[in-house]
Amino acid sequence: MDSIEVDRREADSAEAGRREPVFSDATVARAREIIARYPAGRERSALLPLLHLVQAEQGQVTPAGVEFCAEQLGITKAQVGAVATFYTMYKRRPTGEYLVSVCTNTLCDVLGGGHIFRQLSEDLGVGHDETAADGSITLEHAECLAACDYAPVVTVNYEFYDNQTPESASALVARLRAGERPAPTRGAGLCTLREMALQNAGLTDDRAGAVDAVAASAPTMRGTRLAEDNNITAPRYDVNAPIPAAKAVEGAR
Amino acid sequence: MTAPSAEALAALTPVLTKRWTNPDAWKIDVYERLEGYLALKKALAANPDDLIALIKDSGLRGRGGAGFPTGMKWAFIPQHDSAEDGTAKPHYLVVNADEGEPGTCKDLPSMMNDPHALIEGIIIASYAIRANRAFIYIRGEAVHAARRVQNAIDEAYAKGYIGRDILGSGFDLEVVLHRGAGAYICGEETALLDSLEGFRGQPRLRPPFPATHGLYACPTVVNNVGTISSVPHIVLGGAAWWKQMGTERSSGPIIYSLSGRVTNPGQYECGMGTTLRTLLDLAGGMLPGHNLKFWTPGGSSTPLLTAEYLDLPLDFDSVAAAGSILGTTAVQIFSDLDDVVYATYKWLEFYYHESCGKCTPCREGNYWMVRIYRRILAGEGTYEDLDTLLDTCDNVLGRAFCALGDGATSPVTSSIQYFKQDYVDYIEGRTPPRLRSADLVGAH
Repeated sequence: MDSIEVDRREADSAEAGRREPVFSDATVARAREIIARYPAGRERSALLPLLHLVQAEQGQVTPAGVEFCAEQLGITKAQVGAVATFYTMYKRRPTGEYLVSVCTNTLCDVLGGGHIFRQLSEDLGVGHDETAADGSITLEHAECLAACDYAPVVTVNYEFYDNQTPESASALVARLRAGERPAPTRGAGLCTLREMALQNAGLTDDRAGAVDAVAASAPTMRGTRLAEDNNITAPRYDVNAPIPAAKAVEGAR
Repeated sequence: MTAPSAEALAALTPVLTKRWTNPDAWKIDVYERLEGYLALKKALAANPDDLIALIKDSGLRGRGGAGFPTGMKWAFIPQHDSAEDGTAKPHYLVVNADEGEPGTCKDLPSMMNDPHALIEGIIIASYAIRANRAFIYIRGEAVHAARRVQNAIDEAYAKGYIGRDILGSGFDLEVVLHRGAGAYICGEETALLDSLEGFRGQPRLRPPFPATHGLYACPTVVNNVGTISSVPHIVLGGAAWWKQMGTERSSGPIIYSLSGRVTNPGQYECGMGTTLRTLLDLAGGMLPGHNLKFWTPGGSSTPLLTAEYLDLPLDFDSVAAAGSILGTTAVQIFSDLDDVVYATYKWLEFYYHESCGKCTPCREGNYWMVRIYRRILAGEGTYEDLDTLLDTCDNVLGRAFCALGDGATSPVTSSIQYFKQDYVDYIEGRTPPRLRSADLVGAH
């Protein structure tokens, strides 16, 4: 079990006072905006988004990022560190521009996910949670990505590439390394992992077309299409049917 | 592949999925043209208690896996404490959108393709339980679904469906989308609440239950995406209409998610109680050359079933009577060409990774069971290992704060129950080792 190491130098507050701030004023403003979403007195609820925010700026959660979150929320670095180390999306080593996640849970694995992971591991010369030597891509095997009807799946910065094979995944990674951004099967066009972390902090993705991007292909719509093609509907109903009054409840309204 | 039979087609009941084939249904103006926000107008004209009674009458049961009656859950909230004396605690609605149970893939497409159904359901449910704040806790990896849901929230605010004095009703509501950061355990409702409060996602001891001590120790309803998305339909169609679908004790339609060795994997919405035989008929049957061997009725935490259960009605009570759990209706289908021991091992790796570590039986039990599986798969297993696995399961099941540990035992005990010979074949060397000894570091 690795953990965020406390940067001992930071213990010296006098020295810390002389340092340039690690995070920009824009990040501080964003942090305030995030904290304001939660009820007064419940600011700590903003911790997960704040950790995404510091990761967006540094590509990982660093001791400085932990300290920033602690300062913003008025809690200790130990409290922040305990949370940061619990969740897999917070990375504690430098990451590449792209995070390639291969589902190797049972269903995807049985359909070839394990082979895909081994192929990419060979292509990139790295194992799980490691970044290729050129710094372009971080590889990980993921637990179920909730897309079993498209198995086996690979995600790049969490956008879906469905029904992959070792060959198609290998070609995908080669194109990423060549500077291309192949369109996902479902989801928006690729952005960097840091930009994605910003979205996960809850800052809206304002790229044109990001929200519009394709969300469904055949498996999602299969049952509905079958019904439509065969003129099958659920039982009809009258939208104006009244909502019956419940038995009188004391003090209602 | 053969076309589905007329009988199978008749099982389809598109309600939650009916807008999914419209590529623009996620936009508010299109949603409104498709009966969108009609249910909200109807609901806001009703007494909140009438809405709770309506949901109770519909028999709607939670779609997140446990099947708890939704109306009853809402009614557990102390409804008349919002007295003017100012001492009452605020109420909260929290939507569990942390979909991640292996096999489950119904909520993400729902949020991508019909996000306003969720938002409309949230507003109605919040009004019913007198909550002025709602949170959607969405899985961090579900970025595209989150984009669509955030967009739907923004559109609903702009139209006055969320915010102050909604449609002149005097009802106020704020809705916040909160993204997780990668932890399956946060799909467990009390772990989700801890996570939403900014802590590690670890389950709480119950009682007290979230209905009285939930988010910020205030009365809270936690409902799954599918549950809340069902609400506008019930408000529009009425309880009697909803009950025309499904069975007496498992009412309404439900989305069955078929994956694995089937010709056409995907989402099939049918009345509850549909059998695997019918679902396979709809999905074009097993893949050529594959014969059904084992399957999960509702995700990896539900005990495996075999081909003997093709005609089992997939509703809450029938599946429970057969010794499994309906769970999230994530029907993962495996064939005679698939290795049940290896499949179970991969699930155990998942539970081991996702155990939050709070309760010793789950943390240690999964750790050791993974190692026993590795040993068996490397051809170094013993008969005693099978006893150890079952004994370990016995010491995990029911002995932790939440059901994650229980879920981990499901594939182990059921696979040994139905397919003991497959294990024995590894132990006696008839099945060649699948893992190398190099993978076994720490296994002994």
